[in-house]
Order: sequence, then C-alpha cells, then structure tokens
Amino acid sequence: METQASILTTSQWEQVDLLAATLDREQAIWVSGYLAGRSQLAPPTRGDVPGLGAPAAAALPSGPVGRLATILFATDTGNSKELAGMLSAAAEAKGITTKVSDLAKYKSRDLKDEQDVLIIAATHGEGDPPPAALDFFEFIEGKRAPKLPGVRFAVLALGDSTYEHYCSAGRKLDERFEALGAERLADRVDCDVDYEDDADAWIAAVVEQLTPEAQPAAAAAPAGIGAAPAPAAPSAFSKRNPFQATVLENIAITGRGSSKETRHVELSLEGSGLTYEPGDALGIVAQNEPALVDLLLEETGLAADAPVTLKAGETTLRDALSSTLEITAATPRFLTQWAELAGADDLKALTASDQAKARTAYLDGHHVLDIIRRYPVAGVTAEQLAAGLRPLQPRLYSIASSLLAVPDEVHLTVSTVRYELHDMQRVGVASGHLATLTGDEEIVPVYVQANDHFHLPADDASIIMIGAGTGVAPYRAFMQEREAREAPGKSWLFFGERNFRSDFLYQVEWQELLSNGTLSKLDLAFSRDLRTPKTYVQDKLKLRGREVYEWLEDGASLYVCGDATNMAPDVHRALVGIIAEHGGIGDDEAEHYLAQMGRENRYRLDVY
Amino acid sequence: MATKSLPATDRSRDISQPLEKLAPEEALKVGSDYLAGSITTDLIDEITGAVDEGNNKLMKFHGIYMQDDRDIRDERRHQKLEPLYTFMLRARLPGGFCTADQWLGLDDIARKYGNDTLRLTTRQTFQYHYLEKDTLRLVMEGLRDIGIDSKAACGDVARTVMSGVNPSLSLLHKQVYEHAKITSEHAIHRTSAYEEVWFGEKPAQPRGDHEEPFYGRQYMPRKFKIGFAVPPSNDIDIYSQDLGFIAVASEGKLKGFNVTVGGGMGRTDRAPETYPRLGDVIGYIDAEQLLPTVDAVMGVQRDYGARDVRAHSRFKYTVDDKGVDWIKLAIEDRLGFELGPVKPYEFTENGDLLGWVSGDDGLEHCTLWIENGRIINHEGRPLMDGLREIAKTGKCTFRMTPNQSLTLSDIKPADRPEIEALMAEYGLDPSTKGRSALRLNSMACVALPTCHLAMAEAERYLPELITKIEGLLEPHGLTEEPITIRMTGCPNGCARPYIAEIALTGRAPGKYNLYLGAGFHGERLNKMLLENVGEEKILAALDEAFAAYAKDRTPGEHFGDFVVRTGIVPEVKEGRFFND
Ligand code: SRM
Ligand SMILES: Cc1cc2nc3c(=O)[nH]c(=O)nc-3n(C[C@H](O)[C@H](O)[C@H](O)COP(=O)(O)OP(=O)(O)OC[C@H]3O[C@@H](n4cnc5c(N)ncnc54)[C@H](O)[C@@H]3O)c2cc1C
Ligand SMILES: Cc1cc2nc3c(=O)[nH]c(=O)nc-3n(C[C@H](O)[C@H](O)[C@H](O)COP(=O)(O)O)c2cc1C
Ligand code: SF4
Repeated sequence: METQASILTTSQWEQVDLLAATLDREQAIWVSGYLAGRSQLAPPTRGDVPGLGAPAAAALPSGPVGRLATILFATDTGNSKELAGMLSAAAEAKGITTKVSDLAKYKSRDLKDEQDVLIIAATHGEGDPPPAALDFFEFIEGKRAPKLPGVRFAVLALGDSTYEHYCSAGRKLDERFEALGAERLADRVDCDVDYEDDADAWIAAVVEQLTPEAQPAAAAAPAGIGAAPAPAAPSAFSKRNPFQATVLENIAITGRGSSKETRHVELSLEGSGLTYEPGDALGIVAQNEPALVDLLLEETGLAADAPVTLKAGETTLRDALSSTLEITAATPRFLTQWAELAGADDLKALTASDQAKARTAYLDGHHVLDIIRRYPVAGVTAEQLAAGLRPLQPRLYSIASSLLAVPDEVHLTVSTVRYELHDMQRVGVASGHLATLTGDEEIVPVYVQANDHFHLPADDASIIMIGAGTGVAPYRAFMQEREAREAPGKSWLFFGERNFRSDFLYQVEWQELLSNGTLSKLDLAFSRDLRTPKTYVQDKLKLRGREVYEWLEDGASLYVCGDATNMAPDVHRALVGIIAEHGGIGDDEAEHYLAQMGRENRYRLDVY
Repeated sequence: MATKSLPATDRSRDISQPLEKLAPEEALKVGSDYLAGSITTDLIDEITGAVDEGNNKLMKFHGIYMQDDRDIRDERRHQKLEPLYTFMLRARLPGGFCTADQWLGLDDIARKYGNDTLRLTTRQTFQYHYLEKDTLRLVMEGLRDIGIDSKAACGDVARTVMSGVNPSLSLLHKQVYEHAKITSEHAIHRTSAYEEVWFGEKPAQPRGDHEEPFYGRQYMPRKFKIGFAVPPSNDIDIYSQDLGFIAVASEGKLKGFNVTVGGGMGRTDRAPETYPRLGDVIGYIDAEQLLPTVDAVMGVQRDYGARDVRAHSRFKYTVDDKGVDWIKLAIEDRLGFELGPVKPYEFTENGDLLGWVSGDDGLEHCTLWIENGRIINHEGRPLMDGLREIAKTGKCTFRMTPNQSLTLSDIKPADRPEIEALMAEYGLDPSTKGRSALRLNSMACVALPTCHLAMAEAERYLPELITKIEGLLEPHGLTEEPITIRMTGCPNGCARPYIAEIALTGRAPGKYNLYLGAGFHGERLNKMLLENVGEEKILAALDEAFAAYAKDRTPGEHFGDFVVRTGIVPEVKEGRFFND
C-alpha cells in the first residue's frame, strides 16, 4: 500500500497497521478521530505524526463496514445535478452517508482517499465533458491520476443518441476508473435525453450495492490532513546534488495581449524526499541556450570537444559552455582578461579602478558574445575562454505552492526574461530555459532553498501580503497552506501588475479564496490600464492607509515580495507615510516603528 | 380580472399564483426594487470583470447582457484567469430609425469602446459587443447625449418595436413609423432605476407602486415583441411577432391595422413542448385604437401568461393554451368593443428592397445589403468609415432594416450624386451585382464568439457555406432565383429561421438541423429534414432538392412551396405540429 508509505515512514506504517488489525470498529473510529483531532491541535511539522483521516479509514477492512458514498456530477444544463440529488436521497434513506459534489468544484486530490464514488456525467460539445468539469477530466486522464485501489465506483452517463459521440464523457470515466484499479459497483448505464427511467433503474441498482451504517470519523476527517507533508527523512538532494524533477505543467498564465510572459510551472518532487515550507525558494540549475553556445564556438573558432579543466574536473568546451559557465552577462574579470588577450586599449581603459561607473554601463550593454564579436582574439584557447567566465549560478524562484495542497509537487511563477541587445533576441538563462520545457517528458534539476525569515506566522496571526508581478508567488503558497490548515488568522493581499485583463495572475484562485474566506481582503493595482489612472501597490496601500495601520496596531505581519529596485523602496516609503500619518508621529519614529516590526519578525522582505 | 362575459380559465400558472410557485426570475424581479438590484455595486467591483448572475438578469432590462469571448474561454481557464467578460449593449431604436448626427455618435462609441464594430440586428437596431464593465456607464452616457436609450431592449418587457422599411411607399411608411415610435414609448418600462444606475440620478421619491403603472413589480412573464408591417412587404416577419399590426391604407393614407397575435420562434431541441408559432390575424382596428389595443393585448399576456416555466411563458403558448377565440374575447373584454373584420391585405416577400428607389415623397432612398448586419472596416472595403463619411454630410437619415441591412433614407435628388460618390469611394456597392439571390436573402445570427447560448457558428460561417451552396445552384441555373436562407447558432431562432425556405440551426460545433419549406413571404413554417448533421450531408440534401426544383417546378413557384408540394418535406399547418 504505497499510498500510506508515502505519508508515514515504513516503521510508523507497520505500527499503525498492527494496531488497526487489533481494533474493533468503535475503537478504530475513536483512534482515527483522536489522531485527526490531535493533528489539528499540533500543526504537522517535520517529524510530527500527521493526521490519519483517510489512511485510518482505508486501514479498516472494507466491505462489511459502511462506507462514505461520494456522489459526483458533471453537468451543463442541470440534469445530472438533479439526478445526483435523487441518488443521494435514495442512499441516505438506506442509512448511507453521502457527500454530493459538482465535479466543477471537486478537489481532484481527494479522489484517492474516497471510498465509494458514484458519478453522473453528461456529454456536451462534440463528445466533450461539460466545460466546467474539464479540469477533473484532464486530471483523471492525465499522468497525475492516482491509482484507486480500495475505491469502488459506478457511472451514469447522460447523453443524446443523435450525437455521434454518444455519452462519451461518461464512457471515458467508466473506463478510466477501471484502468486506475477501482472496483466497479454497478455497470454503466447510458441515458438518452429521456433519461428518467434508465436513471431510476441505475440508482436502484447502485443503492442496492451500497453498505449502510456509514463511518462518521472517516467522513469527518478534515480534508487535506491525509495529505500532510511526509516526515522529512532528510533528502539526499541538495544544491550540489539537485533532484531531476519532472515538469508536470508549464504554461504562460498571462492572457492574450499581455506585454509580459509569466509562466506557471508545476514540478514533481515524487520520490525525492524533498520538502519545503511556504516562503521557501526553489533553486533551478539551468542550461545555457544551445544556440548561444554554438555562436560562441563559431565566433572563437574553437572546437566543441576541445578539453577544458574546471574545478569540477576535465570536460569538453561545449559541456562547459552549456552547463557550467555563465555565458550571457559578462563580469569585470572577463573584461580585464579579454582586454589583455585582445590588446584592446579602449577595453583596458574601462578596467581602471576609477572607471567603475562606465564599466558597469558598458557591461550592461555588452554581454560576453558582444565583446568577443567586437574584439576577436585570433588563436584564443579553450582554457583561456573558460578561465574568464564565472561558474553558472542556479536561479532561485519563490515556491508558489504548499505541500498540504499539492503533496509531492512544487509550483513556480516565472516571468520569462526576453530582451533585445545589438539587434539580437536574447533570453534569461533560467527563465528562458524553463520557457522551453513544454514537452511531454521534460526534466529540470532543482533543490530546495529554505528561506526561514519569510515563513508564515502563527495560524491566528493576521498578515498583509504586498507583491507585484511574480512577487505574488509565495502568497499563493501562503494561502494554500492557510486554506488546508483552516487557519483562523486574517489575510490581506495587495497585488500589482500591468493590465487587469491579461496580468491578474491566478485571478480565479484569489476570487475563490476570497469567497471561501481564506483571503479576507484583496486590493489590486494595475499600472497600464487605459481608463484607470496608473496605480501601483503603494498607491493602494496609501488609499487603505487607515485600515492598514489598524491591522499593524493589532499585530499583523507585513510581507513584501518582488521587485527590489523600485517596488520595495516605494512600498517602504508608503508604509512610513501611513504609520506617520495615522500614528500621528514623525517619519523617523515611523522608521523605528518598522524597524521594531522587523526585529519582531513582523516586517519581512523577499525581494529580487 | 375576467368579467362575466369572459369564460373562466385555468390560472394555476399565472401571476395570480404566489411567488414560490413561480419561476425564480419572478421573485428576482419583485425583489429588485424595480430592476435596480445591486448592479451599481457590481459595476465597481474591481476583482472581476463580471457582474453576478442576478444582476446580469436585471441588466437585460437595461439593454445589457454579460458575455465572454468563447474563443478563448478554455485558454483562459488553463491560465487561471476568469473568462474574458465583456458586455453586449442593445439599443432601443423604434422602427430602426436614426439621424445622421446620431449615427456619428454611435460610430464614435463603437470606435472608443466597442472594438470598432457595430452589429445591425434582425429587429432593426444595433448592438455593441466587447464592452468592458468599466466602460458601460460611459457608453450609456454617450447614447443619452445623442438621444438614444437601451431601455427594455431586452428583458421581460416590450422589446424595441419594429416597423417595415418600404421606401417606395415613403409617405405611408412615415405614418406607420410614427405609430411604431409612439407604441415603443408607450410600452417601455418607466422605472427610475435606469437613470439611477447609469447616470447616478437619485429618484425624486423612493420607488413604489407608482413606479410601473402598467407592469407592476413582476413585469411581463417573458419578452414581448411588437411589430408593424406595411404590405406588400412582410420584411419584419409579422407572423413572428407576439403582437403585430398590418397597416391598412386607402389612397396611400393610413386608416388602421389588422391585428396579429401569438407569433414566436424560440424552441429547444428535443423538447417537443416548445415550438415556433405563426401569429393569427384576429381582427381590424382603426389607427386611433392602437394604444388601447396594445394595452389590452399586453395586459392579457401579463395577467394570463405562464410564469412557472419560462420555456412556456411566451404569448404564443398562452394563445394555444387558452385558444385564439378566448384570447380575442379577453382582448375585446378589456377594450370594451369588438375588433372589426380583417381587412384584405397581401404580402409578396419578406426580404429587403435593395438598391436605389425614389419614394412617393420625391426623396431618394438606397438600401445597402450588409452581410449579417456586421458594420466593420473590411480589408479593402472600409464599410464603417464609408458610412461615417456619408453621415458627416448630414444629407441622409439611417434606417436599419429587419433583415440586418441599412437604408440611407430621405436623400434630396440634388444630394444623391455626392452620396453616390462617397459610396463608390468606400466600396459600398448599392447594386446587387455579383451576389447570388440566395446570399442577398440570407441572414445569420451573431452566435459565436459572443453569444453564450450558441452551440455552433452562424455569422462567421454562413457566408462561406453560401459560397458552397452557390456552387450547387449554378449548374441548375438557380443563381438568380430568390431563395431565403437563415442560420442560427442554436434553436432560439434569432434570425427567424423557421420561416425561411432553407434554415440551419446549430446543435454542436459543425452540426446543424436542416429545415426546408417555409413560405417565401413568411406565411408558412418550415419542417426539419435532417437532424444534427454536418456540412457534407447538408450540401448533399440541398443539391438533391435543387435538382428536383430546377426540373419540376411550375412557373413562378417558390422553392419553399415546391418542396412542400412535392413532399420533400410535409407541410407544417400550425406551430403545435412543428415537431410531429
Ligand atoms: C442580435 C440578435 C440576432 C441578430 O443576429 O440580429 C439576437 C441575439 C440574441 N438573442 Fe435573440 N436576437 C435577435 C432577435 C431574435 C429574434 C427575431 C425577432 O425577434 O424578430 C428571435 C425569435 C423571435 C422570438 O422571440 O420568438 C429571438 C429569440 C431569442 C431567444 C428565444 C426566445 C424564446 O421565446 O425561446 C433567446 C433566448 C432567451 O430569450 O432565453 C434569445 C437570446 C438572444 C441573446 C441575447 C443570447 C442571450 O440571451 O444571452 C443573443 C445575443 C447574441 C449576441 O452576442 O449578440 N433570442 N431573438 C437579434 C436582436 C434583435 C433585437 O434587436 O432586439
Ligand atoms: C529569493 C528569490 C526569489 C525569486 N523568485 C522569483 C520568482 O518567483 N519568479 C521569477 O520570475 N523570478 C524570481 N526571482 C528572480 C530569478 O531568480 C531570476 O533572477 C530571474 O528569473 C532571471 O534569471 P534568468 O536566468 O532567467 O535571467 P538571466 O540570465 O540572469 O538574465 C538576467 C540578466 O539579463 C540581462 N538583461 C536583462 N534585460 C536586459 C536588457 N534589456 N538589456 C541588457 N541586458 C539585460 C541582465 O544582465 C540581467 O542581470 C527570484 C530571485 C530571488 C533571489
Ligand atoms: C451543445 C450540446 C452538445 C451536446 N453534445 C452531446 C454529445 O456530443 N454527445 C451526447 O451523447 N450528448 C450530447 N448532448 C446532450 C446532453 O448530454 C444531454 O442533454 C444531457 O441530458 C445533459 O445533461 P446535463 O443537464 O447534466 O448537462 C449535448 C447537449 C448540448 C446542449
Ligand atoms: S440564435 Fe442562439 S446562437 Fe444565435 S444569437 Fe440567438 S441565442 Fe445566440
């Protein structure tokens, strides 16, 4: 039973299993309730025993004992929903606990913990599922679909026989559940538009198969607990030895017409033993653009297989340029060394100690390739070229997910760096590399970079999250965490980007978090919307000044993430202004106020 | 309401019933403070480009529908972005008339907020699409400034009133148009919520029973459509109107109207209890009796129309439920007099009279055929710019036709050359040359990407399909044969498909129902020949029918009449039997 193994260490599992075997039903219910309750009191931190909601249930012998019936429906025009209601009523009448959910809202990750799953699905479009349920269908048909042993299922397919793909949505589910190892409770029935009689018959047949006296504790086990992070047997993977993570999803989430390209990237940590806390960052070990490597070889006339010796040891020039050395932006060291080799006086001039400003400006405008092109060095050797280049550094990305919400996964929000220099399109090493990993079996080396100073405060503490652009990434992790933990603390997000239509990153998720109360307040600032005046996060902060101050006075923690050059300083200035105004104090005192918050870990920055 | 003279009738579904027995929309209307709802709050909610479902329903009464770009709905779902919500605004333009200045104003708004396009509709008005939430007030103000509103352009009220565009009988037409205008002003809702929501004008007194003397808090059970036809042209499809008035004149002067009741198109696939219905001509009234008659007929529908199931709430079902005789009695009961016997009238077609005509008022009128009513600058044919330039001259008026086209009207003979020059300059060809009679008699509804009820393409697809059909007509020598063809993206029938000789209604992407056999001037419904089929099957079926038509038709016989006579499809005698 790998499902449990991934949640508990083997020895822990053996103990639970042993215990479970000796328990009668009442005892089992009491124990699972006890553990579930306990895991809520003490947040599951590293090493702590996570709750056992689902595992405890699954550990009990199924069959004789009542099971929770989860009724799911995929509807567009409402028929399936109506039938789901009837099925639920019929089952409850027989003393079976049911839970009815629209597949549009259903959390796919709960599926593996279900017991009896009864699905009523309509077909729409041309053999497609109802639009709202597409996410679930993609999940169940995708590579992340869990094995479903111990799950029993039945499908009722609604359709219209005048369509070519009659009831195909229902058929797909039926086949898929079987393929995933679930046990079929009753045969699928395909209903035409006059579905009433066939549906009744199916409902009767299904209810017949269900076993009464459902099991409260299992049903009551808080969602998400079963998915608590694995106790960290310290992972074998690190910056030095990165984990080869599979790319699960990688799409641009900036809509059409956006002036930017910001991507949402989902990576699998399965089997890595890597864990993280919201606020941590992920290190990406990127490769240089192959085209750029070729260009450098071409421009220098050096052989790809020319040997070079690096700290790591002997390798070929191509390998070195591809994965070990930074070959985009040039360093002063490279400048100095190349000036020598090329005997170029104007370059040498720039290396003078009093030329710092000019040097930086030059380096900003001229990358390695540009310098080599302008100052060709006849007969330069591979060793000489390599010697001037610094080692390629991994890039850090704020983690945009919580393990409580997506066990074994890590999500990132990456803005692709693209720019033109000397009439040539260029991309950032890591963001550009990530942007190309859109194939089926893409792999990228990663490691977790703990970032303790940017973690969440206690569950009941209020937080104000301020971020522009990709700076919103860690807040997505925060909210996933607080949602899963049902944290009572208030949360307020200030988010800024360019355009409402295309750049409102994770829009539907924030809307959902607002409506379910995980997020208490949301303020938006868009700087390039035609009809509204340029607005930045600091403007919105000032606008809400009084309330912001009240939150701070009540002990709220401040988080600022994103652009270090402009946003962070502007936000700081805004905060000083707010505290001065509403606290009726001078700017200096306001600075002290913030400094004090910093000491109390209530003013935290993560800017880049 | 009913008095002794009126036989008692079943009232278990109408306004006499408690709200909880009626459709949820009824409670929504009652609880909306006369259509104000919380629209104002939703308009300033910056978290979403949408408004909530209840307010969306209420905004329809203000002429506005929330939509989203369905072409990229899925793409945005993956991007974790909400659908690209935009709004459609439909103006109220009785008889489809506007001045040159008003046209300039409409054009401005379209360029500022409406994606550089205007859409002429099958009910003689225009729509904006792609309006963003935060522009709605600006658009509304813009319209107000040129004296146009969008009151009751949608919703459970009397929609924009149609009036036939028949330039050659321009004197009679002017009289009829005036009556259509008065009717519309008379029949729209009165609520001050419109001014409050859109212009921030606080009402003089809190809204109460005085607000809607005719409608009350529950308004109509569903939309209610009124139209005026000027024979011999049935361009407005009089038989598709809930309430129709057929102009009766002597010596070119308006005398009165024959009254039709109970027309409508909307239906739902595989729901036989829903069907299109042609109106019945129930009698004659003198012109003076117009408004009382409107009140009487609408009053009957308001009080007896079904309000429990919206799919059954249109007047046409009330007429069939109660029977035409009862309905007529009920109307006369309210009027306090009997309708006169129907006066003779004759219709010849339901299309537009294209090109230049000089009216009996000595003025010139030119009807331009506009494909599916889409006003936009085409590659190499800047239609929108051309009309703008023409409007700038101020030397004509604009009339939207019931077939989504446009008549440049009331042009002094002396000014005609100037207008013609501009037409030539902007490629607005008034002649029908190079276009098959089929294309000139075609209509398609908007459908994708904006209409959220669309199941298949219409406006974006019909033109290319017609090109393929022309390929079939040509060998049979039928290119010049006027045949009406209409396509809609769903069975609701916005292009009045069920009274077209050839009709296609969408079922799913690329799939349509094919209907044949309606009367050329809208006097007979058509009949479904093929269900839920793709282009190949459609073309094959048409080719077969064309071959037979070319071979066996009697002189002057229309295609629709032919397919019925020769039994290619059975005749549909009444809407109730449409699905048999
Ligand atoms: C623009 C127009 C079609 C066109 O291409 O011109 C149109 C477009 C729509 N119609 Fe229509 N209808 C239009 C004339 C009609 C007609 C023809 C007529 O009235 O002469 C009909 C058939 C006659 C009738 O009412 O029976 C018509 C019957 C419907 C129905 C079905 C009503 C029914 O009784 O079942 C709906 C759906 C509904 O109301 O629930 C509908 C709904 C709609 C909506 C608003 C879809 C919606 O409810 O969200 C469509 C907006 C699409 C878009 O993106 O613009 N529209 N609609 C026409 C605007 C007329 C106007 O200016 O007021
Ligand atoms: C703690 C932390 C968290 C972070 N979180 C995120 C995150 O969540 N999302 C995210 O997207 N990024 C994040 N970053 C930034 C990220 O680490 C990278 O710095 C960023 O993605 C760029 O790296 P790259 O390899 O793609 O580009 P690089 O190859 O590093 O290119 C950047 C360089 O390109 C050059 N350059 C850029 N534009 C121009 C121009 N117009 N003209 C000339 N030269 C130019 C400059 O030399 C610049 O330094 C974070 C950084 C830190 C430190
Ligand atoms: C636009 C549209 C497309 C449809 N396409 C199909 C199809 O491809 N195959 C099918 O079996 N049924 C199809 N149907 C029929 C529906 O599945 C059927 O009406 C079902 O009862 C709807 O259930 P629901 O109300 O739960 O959505 C379609 C229905 C609509 C409205
Ligand atoms: S007929 Fe259907 S698809 Fe076409 S506009 Fe009307 S409602 Fe939309």
